[in-house]
Amino acid sequence: MPTETLIWLIPLPPLLAFFLILLFTRKNNALSHTVGVAAAAISWLLGMLVFFAAVGVDHFGENPFRSAIAWLPTGDTFLNIGVMIDPLSAAVLFFVAWTVLMIFIYSIGYHNFGAPKGEHDKPGLPPHGAADHGHHVPSIEPMYARFFAFIALFAFGMFTLVVSDNLLTLFVGWEIMGLCSYLLIGFWYGKPSARDAAKKAFLTTRIGDVFMLLGIVALYSATGTLNFHEILRNENILHLLATTDSGVLGLSAAGLIGLLLFIGTVGKSAQWPLHVWLPDAMEGPTPVSAMIHAATMVSAGVYMVLRMFPLLSAGWHHGDPLTTTMTVMAFIGAFTAIFAATIAVTQNDIKRVLAYSTISQLGFMIAALGIGAYVAAAFHLVTHAFFKALLFLGSGSVIHGMEHGVLHTGDHVDPQNMFNMGGLKKKMPITFWTFLIGGLALSGFPLITSGFWSKDEILADAFANGHFTLLAVLSLAALLTAFYTMRQITLTFFGEPRTKAASHASENKLVMTGPLMVLAVFAIIAGWVGIPEHFPGIGGLLPNWFHDFVGSTLLEHPVAPDFSWVPLGISLGVALGGLGLGYLVYRKAGSEDPLRKPLGPLYTLMENKYYFDELYTKIFVQPAGVIAEKFSYWFLDRKVIDGALHWVAQNSIALGTFFRDRFEGPVISGVADWLAHSTAAIGRLLRKVQTGAVQQYLLVVALVAFGGLFYYLFSVLR
Amino acid sequence: MIPLSWYLILAALLFCIGLYGVLARKNAVAILMSIELMLNAVNINLVAFWRYFTPQTIGGHVFAVIVFVVAAAEVAIGLALIISIYRRRKTVAADEINLMKW
Repeated sequence: MPTETLIWLIPLPPLLAFFLILLFTRKNNALSHTVGVAAAAISWLLGMLVFFAAVGVDHFGENPFRSAIAWLPTGDTFLNIGVMIDPLSAAVLFFVAWTVLMIFIYSIGYHNFGAPKGEHDKPGLPPHGAADHGHHVPSIEPMYARFFAFIALFAFGMFTLVVSDNLLTLFVGWEIMGLCSYLLIGFWYGKPSARDAAKKAFLTTRIGDVFMLLGIVALYSATGTLNFHEILRNENILHLLATTDSGVLGLSAAGLIGLLLFIGTVGKSAQWPLHVWLPDAMEGPTPVSAMIHAATMVSAGVYMVLRMFPLLSAGWHHGDPLTTTMTVMAFIGAFTAIFAATIAVTQNDIKRVLAYSTISQLGFMIAALGIGAYVAAAFHLVTHAFFKALLFLGSGSVIHGMEHGVLHTGDHVDPQNMFNMGGLKKKMPITFWTFLIGGLALSGFPLITSGFWSKDEILADAFANGHFTLLAVLSLAALLTAFYTMRQITLTFFGEPRTKAASHASENKLVMTGPLMVLAVFAIIAGWVGIPEHFPGIGGLLPNWFHDFVGSTLLEHPVAPDFSWVPLGISLGVALGGLGLGYLVYRKAGSEDPLRKPLGPLYTLMENKYYFDELYTKIFVQPAGVIAEKFSYWFLDRKVIDGALHWVAQNSIALGTFFRDRFEGPVISGVADWLAHSTAAIGRLLRKVQTGAVQQYLLVVALVAFGGLFYYLFSVLR
Repeated sequence: MIPLSWYLILAALLFCIGLYGVLARKNAVAILMSIELMLNAVNINLVAFWRYFTPQTIGGHVFAVIVFVVAAAEVAIGLALIISIYRRRKTVAADEINLMKW
């Protein structure tokens, strides 16, 4: 089978699985997860075949795998849709296929497959556990099959997005994921917080999506195509777009379209100021968090700007001052990176820390892209996907273990609060080691972990191109990253258990720890494909394959930054410093955060996420409520629309009354009644004739007969 | 030979007597008998015209016989009706059988 056909087939198994599960196998949990995991496995296999086929092609950037069919007739031409795998999407496909498969497998364990049904469990609420031989044990998720249907649809959305060769089908996949994130965040819809989080995520990302759609429309009207290859590898179109004035804020057409598309990413990848939905998305089950944060949705946002990078940076060449659009991206990325990192330091919920960490790391990528460090951003996207999926699944494993402890001891503490944990290292060794690997990768632990290489490359790029402010901001963010990661690991795994539940936490089954181990391997080795050539000591041992491969996506092959000790020193310093500080500060932490006192009000500020939720409530939600009530409801609905309706209604009644009294009554009824009465009167008059005496009738007959006869005789015979 | 008009006058007289009986008698049985008289008046006419105009065929006889048959059938049905009415109303007086009035 040609590779193009395989690419077409990649998104289909999860879609089929979605329908199969929803329509047929819903009642059977084992069959449902088999269908779901099998679909993910087939997509994974196809993805790997395509990926390794792609790796083997020379000059793959110029000759990607492409295949298209005519879809929508647009006047004389057709809008073509199709699939394309170029170096960038091949790299993304690689990590998506792996993480999706791991998440599917992990979900089986996370939702307690094989556990008994809980007596009090209801669909729409997390399982409460079941009594088993006098013990409290975890119970199976009531909507087990439905979960697999939803994540299968989610996977379909992501695969569609990755393999599409044009912005329109990319947007379709993008929106399918938006829907699925809504469904999955609100998976436990019985919890009001989950419902609110689902709505928040959907509405917030929708803001970005509207702008993105505007960008797509603008691009289509400017170029007449949405195909990546035709736009992004066509110097004439890019040059034309870069030199046309859009008439908005002095941006070029390319700049404006890029900016609009970038706002889509801001929503999807939860960048400031649309970051608020992502921490709340933690209301969903943990595999969902991993799905949203690592494998799919937020990666999709960064993937899209990476994909459109030639357009975003049209007119910019290596070494030029940044364009407006790129400056905006660099600013938002860097700001988000530091901003989210500070919040992450003060969060106590193990998943929320990771959520803010994700926002921060995505900020790194956006910032890298903003300064033109294309390969570094793509590299960090790939490594981040692996280690963040690992961390999320690891945190899920911790929560699951804690829930076990909670059920076992009856000690009702929040199983997600890190200050209820501690000492889990011995209880959950596999989770600990894999989480440690993920955490070190996130912190950028030198030389071994993948996160080090990708983060180092971003810093090196910033340094080599002279963006020193950005370098400083990102370095600080990286320091905070290492700090809160170590805080998390120390609070969760080191020291003594702070609660009874934590002391009875237990390691999870292989179906959960297996994916952790696989992802841990990638969290380490994924970085080895992109080691800079001139790195002291180990540079050049492995070729910097990633740079050449992904870099060939662009027309102008990006320049790898020259090696310098400064960024390397910084990344070593911040990683080790942050980790060390984190360990020192939280080594002996009790149930109170040791930073709370020294930081004072600043801590409260960060703990409350800089009051962004409250701010948005004040300036958007409440005014919207007021407008809805005062303007839409009272004025528009009650006064204007109802008023007009009532006016019409009252006048209609008056007119009706008039007609009834003056026309209907006297004229129509009068005539009809008169007719009826006259008919009755005539009838009364004539009925006298009907005597009932048969001989009288006969007499009449005889008289008439004689009358006729005489008439005949006298008139005819005369 | 007796002239045809004598027969016709006899028949007309018989018919008038029958008609009078139908219109004037109260007893339903008597009314039926009067109808027989009227039919027989017709029979006299039929046979008389046959004898005087077409003696070579037997059309007059045939008609007369058919009238007899019809008369017999009519009386059979009429009497049955009268018996039925008598059973219900205990009377055979025509002027008392007046359900079909206003």
